[in-house]
Amino acid sequence: MSEAFLSEMKAHARETYPDECCGFLIGSPPETDGERRRTISALERARNEFDGERRRRFLILPAELREVERRTEQSERAVVGFYHSHPDHPAQPSQYDQDHAWPWYSYLVLAVTATDVPSVAAFELDPDTSTFHETSLVVVPDSVSLPSVTSGLPRA
Amino acid sequence: MPKTTVKVPTPLRPFAGGAAELALEGSTVGGVIRTLADANPALKRHLFTPEGRLRNFVTVYLNDEDIRYLDREATPLKDGDVVSIVPAVAGGAPTSARSPSHNSKLVGIAPAPEETFSRDELRRYSRHLLLPEVGVAGQRKLRYAKVLLVGAGGLGAPSALYLAAAGVGEIGLVDFDSIDLSNLQRQVLYTTADVGRPKLAVAKERLEALNPGTRITPYEERLTSENALDIVGRYDIVVDGTDNFPTRYLVNDASVLLGKPNVYGSIYRFEGQVSVFDAKRGPCYRCLYPEPPPPDLVPSCAEAGVLGVLPGLVGVLQATETVKLILGRGEPLIGRLLLYDALSLKFRELKLRKNPQCVLCSPVATQTGLIDYPAFCGVPAPGAPLAKGTVPEVEPETLHAELESAEPPFLVDVREPEEWAIAHLPGAHLIPKGELPERVDELTRASHLVIYCRSGRRSAEATRLLLDLGFSHVRTLRGGINAWAQRVDPSLPQY
Repeated sequence: MSEAFLSEMKAHARETYPDECCGFLIGSPPETDGERRRTISALERARNEFDGERRRRFLILPAELREVERRTEQSERAVVGFYHSHPDHPAQPSQYDQDHAWPWYSYLVLAVTATDVPSVAAFELDPDTSTFHETSLVVVPDSVSLPSVTSGLPRA
Repeated sequence: MPKTTVKVPTPLRPFAGGAAELALEGSTVGGVIRTLADANPALKRHLFTPEGRLRNFVTVYLNDEDIRYLDREATPLKDGDVVSIVPAVAGGAPTSARSPSHNSKLVGIAPAPEETFSRDELRRYSRHLLLPEVGVAGQRKLRYAKVLLVGAGGLGAPSALYLAAAGVGEIGLVDFDSIDLSNLQRQVLYTTADVGRPKLAVAKERLEALNPGTRITPYEERLTSENALDIVGRYDIVVDGTDNFPTRYLVNDASVLLGKPNVYGSIYRFEGQVSVFDAKRGPCYRCLYPEPPPPDLVPSCAEAGVLGVLPGLVGVLQATETVKLILGRGEPLIGRLLLYDALSLKFRELKLRKNPQCVLCSPVATQTGLIDYPAFCGVPAPGAPLAKGTVPEVEPETLHAELESAEPPFLVDVREPEEWAIAHLPGAHLIPKGELPERVDELTRASHLVIYCRSGRRSAEATRLLLDLGFSHVRTLRGGINAWAQRVDPSLPQY
């Protein structure tokens, strides 16, 4: 993903602190099964609809995911993953994250403190073992061109 | 049976032969989903619990309706209906060590480090934990906080003690000095036995002894334009305990460029100032002071003196603001400058505004990196001797020999009367530097003059002034009276 997207996610995490933020990673799905790399071409903020302590939990309602999917499919892209923040906790998936994870999607976790977003890490669920494994996250300088963002701009 | 279309979400398509949608027959929503799952065993466990119930986070829509608002799995189907499986996406930070232990065997990722507090830690922080504004969540924030203290002197010492005591997880300290006897009047981290030792080695020992849970990282070097972004970038908050303008501007600029709050404190004789500069939420130090004052207008503590307890109070105020920022509680001192006068025991508060023309933090900012701070502040590079040839100098030993000779030079002491009272050279004439322009008539242009002060800085400036006024035989005592006491007359006190 580009630096601009990383900055946008960090800004989102700081804004919602001490609550968790969450959002959609939108991109082109890999063309073939062997190709695992995904390029993020847009981000969308999601509403954290968890009914309870949002400092530790997030929930994206299926209706919102459907709505975003409907829009992205029109431009032949897809929701390829999600990001969310861990206020005052490391960028490591929790047991709860793992229990609620879906295969195939990329999960980005941002550690956020009162003043900073010290780390970001990417994970995927291994469908065979139902455990997360960390994947690499490549951040490309903004000057390097990536597929342009045509829709799905962040919501305020 | 009604013919329907079942839409498979992207993450589950690999388990359904790659299909995005399938044509299936069934009379109820539950029926077609189970048909789908039975045909694709790999898919089944993503949709159903081992007990055979739809998983909590699997949502099923019939056309545009969530089946939870219809008849759930028993919702009847008709020809042409579209059944969509939609994931609800959830997650969150770890709650506590009490997360179900029966699951822990499944965890492929190590649990978050130091997720909980030990019994000793609960006891240590119990007075914090009792405060609703701190509590376990706040104490955890403190544990994950990283604070950089620039300067381990009068301000840094009390700040560091309280921040370590409060349970701040990581404290970085930048200082390169050794402990001098004259520090002990206010730098409460150090004791008499520590004189001569490097400040950071002692500070690390003391702070770790106070709280073994706090990691102390020493940076035994000068903060410079070369290393500042790297060092400051590793921390959440910077506490400015510097004693000079070049470093103060450097700390401010690095903090603004990196988007870190800078908890500022300064002291002068009996007065202190405190503020929180966070350019994202308010002004920065440059908004308040776009340019440093002329170097000769601002004597350091070493020259002007400082009430020993003053940095204690100012440093503790800085620690207080730092803890508040970490906790996200209360009203930080952003956009406010707190002035404290110990003699009258009065606090005043000035409102600070962001300077719309600030070169660093305004929308029209022109400065995008660090600069040469000693040059900006008009002072010699820290630690660098005066450029050769700036003013003529005399070494203490040479001066000693000259004073014993038949034609001894005339000695002028440009310090303050309070300093004169501590020690002075025999036969010297006291003219404080500030009075020199009016009292220059007391000196004879023809005679050989040697000017001295405490360390050589003020006397070099006075020498420059006298040379400019036409005096031709003027030199400054290199290293001041302290160098004299070290190398010529050990009976004189150093200060």
